Amino acid sequence: MTTHTARSSLRRLLGAAMLSVAAAPAALAANPMLEEYPTSEVNTTGLMVTDDTVTVGQLHSVTGTMAISETGSVEAERLAIEQINAQGGVLGRQIEIIQEDGASDWPTFAEKAKKLLISDKVGTVFGCWTSASRKAVLPIFEKENGMLYYPTFYEGLEASKNVIYTGQEATQQIIWGLDWAHTEKGAKTFFLIGSDYIWPRTSNKIARFHIERYLKGCKVVGEEYYPLGHTNFGSLINKVKLKKPDCIYSIVVGGSNVSWYKQLNAAGITGDSLAKRGQILLTISTTEDEILGIGGENVAGFYACMKYFQSLDNPANKAFVAAFKERWGDDSVIGDVTQAAYLGPWLWKKTVEKAGSFDIDKIAAASPGIEMDNAPEGYVRIHENHHLWSKARIGEMMPDGQFKVLAESDELIEPNPFPEGYQ
Amino acid sequence: MTTLAVFSMFEGYSAEELQAIFMMQSFNGLSMFAVFLLMALGLAIIFGQMKVINMAHGEFLTLGAYTTVFVSNSVVGSAEWALPYYFPVAIVLAFLVAGALGYFVEITLIRWLYQRPLDTLLATWGLGMIMQQSFRSGFGAREDSAVMPDWLMGSWAVTDMVDIPINGMFMLVLAAFVTGLVYFLLFRSRYGLRVRATVANRPMADAAGINTKRTDRMTFALGCGIAGVAGAAFTTIGSVSPDAGKLYIVDTFIIVVFGGAGSILGTILAAFTIAQTQSILEFFLSGVLAKVYVLLIVMGILLLRPQGLVKAKIRR
Repeated sequence: MTTHTARSSLRRLLGAAMLSVAAAPAALAANPMLEEYPTSEVNTTGLMVTDDTVTVGQLHSVTGTMAISETGSVEAERLAIEQINAQGGVLGRQIEIIQEDGASDWPTFAEKAKKLLISDKVGTVFGCWTSASRKAVLPIFEKENGMLYYPTFYEGLEASKNVIYTGQEATQQIIWGLDWAHTEKGAKTFFLIGSDYIWPRTSNKIARFHIERYLKGCKVVGEEYYPLGHTNFGSLINKVKLKKPDCIYSIVVGGSNVSWYKQLNAAGITGDSLAKRGQILLTISTTEDEILGIGGENVAGFYACMKYFQSLDNPANKAFVAAFKERWGDDSVIGDVTQAAYLGPWLWKKTVEKAGSFDIDKIAAASPGIEMDNAPEGYVRIHENHHLWSKARIGEMMPDGQFKVLAESDELIEPNPFPEGYQ
Repeated sequence: MTTLAVFSMFEGYSAEELQAIFMMQSFNGLSMFAVFLLMALGLAIIFGQMKVINMAHGEFLTLGAYTTVFVSNSVVGSAEWALPYYFPVAIVLAFLVAGALGYFVEITLIRWLYQRPLDTLLATWGLGMIMQQSFRSGFGAREDSAVMPDWLMGSWAVTDMVDIPINGMFMLVLAAFVTGLVYFLLFRSRYGLRVRATVANRPMADAAGINTKRTDRMTFALGCGIAGVAGAAFTTIGSVSPDAGKLYIVDTFIIVVFGGAGSILGTILAAFTIAQTQSILEFFLSGVLAKVYVLLIVMGILLLRPQGLVKAKIRR
């Protein structure tokens, strides 16, 4: 499914149409930066870079179970690329996209990654969502020396020269959120809940460790996992009712979210009823995207710890939300990962311009210290370990499906994918 | 799982608390039973009466759910006043839509494959894929859910501590109603007589003037229609996505096989047994372990009774 041929012919058509209008045909096609950055110098490793275009890959699931989550990332990356092109591209070259579908199937991700890197020779790849898909393509990116911009908050325990992680790793989300629950809400007992795979389990391991080791007088009163896609949480909810934890800590993922919150509501556990008893529900896995399917009325009064909410009140975010809605429809919502995906192309552009080259080794070396003042989430900077310094925030879910931002960390939190003693 | 461990779990709780939890937990088992029964009834009819393994059963469920979402969205968009009343209409509509598609599928696909169970399996698997992709193209890949009328949300507080979910009660009532309807259709109506005659002895039924082909079509449509009703009902507890069918199909087959292929009574018994076992185990173990034990128990019983709980009375 290559769209770039269609798009370039479309652009030629448009170009031709504009030629008949514009009086300066030569200025249109020529790359003003070609003098300064000749192709032979900015591309020494045979990537798909010409005098006026650079081709990148997009590798997400647009079919299968993960399409629900990855659609937002695809849209955000496209928006960023279109905006960059409108500003004149990268080193004067327009970005063209080859999009591949990972189909929610990890071997397919690996196949498509090979295609993008070996036969297409793309300049960089924006893609993956689940840890499983990232783990599937990582050896290929390292062997073929490609670059992947990965947008999802994830469990950490990884740092690669060939990946830039634009979402939070576990410590940036979990530890700060638990501290907030403890100090602000007085939570002392925690019930950890998750879907049954690597990310929730690793995250809860870190959470348990933090609660037992660093939070005074706090303990974990339960830890439960249910398969992805599970729809009957009745027994679990009864256990939660029996244990009466101060904090229900939820890492339920994907479609299960809907059943989980609807059944909580049906069992009489709502934001209001918890507040009356001095309890809270805190999640790190439910974003605006999921709430769209759950229905805001079922989650009002619960809390989430993320780095980004659509309702963040700053000019850069307002512009981003407006642009996103204009491009993808008024009904679209923007969750944490969608925003992180939006950062990918911008960070790549800045890195290439700093390195003065498209070569992967130079980009990898130039990445640390790259910063964005005007990211929708606020200021971010790439760390030596290729993760982002970013803030953590707590949002309260509202009936309209948006978050009210209640708290944010004073400082940027340093990414620490290999936390000492947490493994 | 020693008894000691089980009892230590309840240390430090008052008798009243425990009583409340047990009440809610047994109700949870009941509502799970209703879910399982609704899922499996349609399959049991099709599998039992026609020996067709319908791998697209889960997609017919999903179709029912999407029908409900569609009706819900139309109501929210244009006729807010109808919000409290649309749900029963959506259920009937889900039945009709899924049933109509089932009727059509029987004519175009299934009827060429009778007596070739493996081919039906493949064909319906392919059909399921086609349906999945159609849902994806039609409704988008994201999870969708219907807006529930207020009377279906929340819970009925029996005492201070006991909350009985209303959607669970609704599911029970609906399952009872649908089961009653199926019973009436199969055992108390002319149509049921024709179905049973066809199952017992097809050539003889043909000779006696029963249009067995038409009976097959109606039966397949009925099974798919009931799947649609189940899907509509599930929008009260969960979401729907294009591949939601995958989640249901395994459980559904386990129940039908365990109950004894094609016996309606067996399906009811199997749904009840599995639901209660799983609900109780889930409370004392983790969700995944509970599932594992349930499967092991089912396999063990099937080893002892390969015909399932209730043997269907079919003359061979």
